[in-house]
Amino acid sequence: MGTIIIPTVVSLSILGLVLAVVLYLVAQKFKVEEDPRIDEVEAQMPGANCGGCGFAGCRAFAENCVKAGSLEGFFCPVGGNAVMQKVADALGLQVEEKEPMVAVVRCHGTCDNRETTNVYDGCSSCKVKANLYSGDTGCKYGCLGCGDCVQACKFGALSMNPKTGLPEVDETKCTACGACVKACPKGIIELRNKGKKSMRVFVKCVNKDKGAVARKACKVACIGCGKCKTVCPFDAITVENNVAYIDFTKCRLCRKCAEACPTKAIWDVNFPVRVPKAEPKPAPAPAAAPAPAPAPEVKPVETPKNE
Amino acid sequence: MKTFKIGGVHPHDSKISKDCAIEDFPVLEKAYLSMAQHLGAPAEPIVQKGDKVKVGQLIAKPTGFVSANIHSSVSGTVAAVEPYADLAGNPVMHVIIDVEGDEWEESIDRTPDVVRDITLSKEEIIKRIQDCGIVGLGGASFPTHIKLTPPPGKVAEYLLINGAECEPFLTSDYRLMIEQPEQVLIGAKIMMKALDVKKCRFGVEENKPEAIAKLKSFSAQYPEIEIVPLKKKYPQGGEKQLIEALTGRRVPSMGLPIDAGAVVQNCGTALAVYEAVQKNKPLFEGIVTVTGNCSEQQRNFRLRAGTPIINLLDAIGRIPADAAKIISGGPMMGKAVSNLLAATVKSSSAILMLTEEETKRKPESNCIRCGKCIDACPMGLEPYLLVRYSRANMYDELEENKIYDCIECGCCLFSCPAYIPLLDHIRASKAEVMKIMRSRPKK
Amino acid sequence: MRKLIVSPSPHIHSVENTQRIMRDVIIALCPSLLVSIYFFGFSAIKLALVGVASCVAVEYVIQKYILKTKVTINDYSAALTGLLLALNLPPSSPGWMILIGSIVAIGVAKMTFGGLGQNVFNPALVGRVFLLVSFPVLMTDWSVPESWFREGVDATTGATPLALIKEGLANGLTIEQIMASNPDISYVHMLFTKIGGSVGEVSALALILGFVYLLVRRVIKPTIPVTIICTIFVVSGIFWLVNPDQFTDPIFNILTGGVLLGSIFMATDYVTSPMSTTGQIIFGFGIGLLTVLIRYFGAYPEGVSFAILIMNMAVPLLNKYCKPARFGKEVKNGK
Repeated sequence: MGTIIIPTVVSLSILGLVLAVVLYLVAQKFKVEEDPRIDEVEAQMPGANCGGCGFAGCRAFAENCVKAGSLEGFFCPVGGNAVMQKVADALGLQVEEKEPMVAVVRCHGTCDNRETTNVYDGCSSCKVKANLYSGDTGCKYGCLGCGDCVQACKFGALSMNPKTGLPEVDETKCTACGACVKACPKGIIELRNKGKKSMRVFVKCVNKDKGAVARKACKVACIGCGKCKTVCPFDAITVENNVAYIDFTKCRLCRKCAEACPTKAIWDVNFPVRVPKAEPKPAPAPAAAPAPAPAPEVKPVETPKNE
Repeated sequence: MKTFKIGGVHPHDSKISKDCAIEDFPVLEKAYLSMAQHLGAPAEPIVQKGDKVKVGQLIAKPTGFVSANIHSSVSGTVAAVEPYADLAGNPVMHVIIDVEGDEWEESIDRTPDVVRDITLSKEEIIKRIQDCGIVGLGGASFPTHIKLTPPPGKVAEYLLINGAECEPFLTSDYRLMIEQPEQVLIGAKIMMKALDVKKCRFGVEENKPEAIAKLKSFSAQYPEIEIVPLKKKYPQGGEKQLIEALTGRRVPSMGLPIDAGAVVQNCGTALAVYEAVQKNKPLFEGIVTVTGNCSEQQRNFRLRAGTPIINLLDAIGRIPADAAKIISGGPMMGKAVSNLLAATVKSSSAILMLTEEETKRKPESNCIRCGKCIDACPMGLEPYLLVRYSRANMYDELEENKIYDCIECGCCLFSCPAYIPLLDHIRASKAEVMKIMRSRPKK
Repeated sequence: MRKLIVSPSPHIHSVENTQRIMRDVIIALCPSLLVSIYFFGFSAIKLALVGVASCVAVEYVIQKYILKTKVTINDYSAALTGLLLALNLPPSSPGWMILIGSIVAIGVAKMTFGGLGQNVFNPALVGRVFLLVSFPVLMTDWSVPESWFREGVDATTGATPLALIKEGLANGLTIEQIMASNPDISYVHMLFTKIGGSVGEVSALALILGFVYLLVRRVIKPTIPVTIICTIFVVSGIFWLVNPDQFTDPIFNILTGGVLLGSIFMATDYVTSPMSTTGQIIFGFGIGLLTVLIRYFGAYPEGVSFAILIMNMAVPLLNKYCKPARFGKEVKNGK
């Protein structure tokens, strides 16, 4: 027995020792000096590696923060202000608070609102479809419905609603990393401020066609009539290329524009059910969720009551 | 029989319109002339609403290097200069003309006589081709005068005329070779003079024996042009494949045909060159095959650019009820039409109608790694792998695997038993990779 | 007018599809199946039926109830696995054994990797090897349980030629002596049926018939089978020339055991074989070499299954490093 065990133990021990020395030497030789603060900053990061900050992952963000020496222009959309404050503390720097944002889908061309004019038979990718042609409906600006944004979302905040054929944002999961904004070839998704109690007013359309053309393609298209612009007391609305846009930094959520919009392309979401004193009966507000029942069904009910 | 070595597929021939002689398509009430009838930037219109134009009159000038002149295909009054939806439904600037009569520019020689003497000098020929707005009629619509002026330091040795017409259904080039073989050969001779080359080879696929015989009957008069029968295999008419088949040389990766010492021109282009140089006729019409298994009538028309597709189809009777897809071009590389109001352009070669059964893709299933896409790819790429990388947006790996070499011939998707939309993904990623490569600083 | 279909090019497709390919392979296996039915009668039918049914059932149950994905039994790939598994078992195998084999083949070797197209190993072979190691006695019992045509199977001695040789060599006999004591081992018998072995290996000719069918239908390319057979011929030929007393001759090696079945139907499985021609040649060479080495020096008389499984592992590597010939050369200092 001894003749087997002893040489084995000895040879293995020698081998181990030699390799340990080699490892040590190699580690010494290829040692990389790194700022220890990078690790500190990285420890504060959410670790989603989503790239929403504009860098290739959390570590790259940390490295750049340390290198820059100032936190201007750096923001982690996932961690938000809390994480940025921690990063600032770790580096002994100042950071400005940013308003929380959320992704907003600016198209409501559901199957009912927007008739298809042809059948798409290529691969299910908005990128491919957008390269090929103007889309399978009369509207060449609207959602293509192949779900590139859903695939781009690393937080499971986006999903396709099979009934409407449009993506929906789960506000509780959305971190405003902006991946979906980049993925959408039609530029439909926008990051907007989350708003007080998630209350937001926005134009749910990006159609740049002239009013008649846009309206023919989609029942709830913005026709660029400018009524919203006229009623806005805060000068928050601009109408360019036949489509209205609400500047969320100026909007005070008065909701006058939503009432004025003839095609109900302006949406006000997450507002409490309104009990106007002037009116005897409370008007039913549209459902609060990002995707209520098809708008044309709800809104016409509301319109006559407001008059 | 000569052919290219790697890959290729054998789709069904379907040349059902091959015995229909070319007819002149009547001029309609309105013509919609697109400003994007060539590869590069759209041309700039030089006419305004209310202007009177004649057939063959210049109506738009090029705006970039890879851009070409556009001439009116009809005579009448300009009704509007405005965006109009193209085949894919995207708005493109068009000159819309209300047709009045059919008055041609006087400088155009409309006699049927064949003019054989080439009197113009090399420079004059290229100038004339440029002025007449000639673009390649093989599909890419690349301005011909640029191809005929090799970049400094590069020398053309061969002029290759592409009469392969390897796409199923198409017969426009075939009819041309049958009906105007001598004009095509003179066109080739003119281009030889412009390029200053001594060797010219004219490749025709073996499934067109009549065309080969017709062309060969002129070989006594045009001994410098060698008629070469090619094996029937798609994509025999692909530029790189044709060069390999006719000269045995291979265009290097990322290279141009001129790097292999060759210039390739379509036989339709050769005719356009003949007409421009010998007859002073700008390019505003071409041969268009209207065909499809579901269509009762098959036709080959000489069609003016700017004819709405719907009118073209109406003219041959109603659109068949079972026509589910209408394609501008051949079934392998043509573009599906989503907007039938869109107008044809000078390089249109066919309007093809396919039934749902013929064209509808079956649902995609798992890749079984059969390697049929690899066997089919004429560029020696691995489509299955490119798609795998594409789905993961791995652009570095895509570049490593030479996605930029893809010629988008469609052989991979054609042969995939799992119906994976290989080319859809590859095309999208290729554009992305090219963008990345272009954005890199040049060394 | 109806709504037009719009898609990127190409707008037409070849007639080929996964279903058709799998069906063609099943058709190509039919001659062998018929021959084995002729010799083994009901037991061959029973094995084939149980194999196909259990594989399809296992795939269905897993996809429908466990993975809850789309059921893909319509593509015939499970049926093909079942048939191949059945053809790889001894004719006397009991039904429950092939059922276990099917569960391993489909459940372990195919579905755990992600279903069709994702598996690393050939499912039928994994099933067979699992059974071979689990039930060595049953899996090497080559006796004929019953037959409708008794007189046809006189020659099936109850052991495969390879097993007889291995046993004889172990007893210190030379090849010549073994051959002399077993006059039934002849090339003619091997070609036309009368050799003992698993259900599918009875007749070399029937397998070659299937091979020709697959080539004509362009389902497979001849690269892999031809490389395997050539390698076996050359490698065993070298050994045989060195010492014909200890090593069997090349033709014997090709015609016996699972070489033909394995090289035509198992090694050419799309999923578990390399995609480029260079890769396929290396793959085939590896299988041939390993087969001969296992046969001559291994504990088992037969080595094709193991050789194929071992080479299956090399496939991802071969796919990575053996690229097809590209069209154009890279231009240096490129532009």
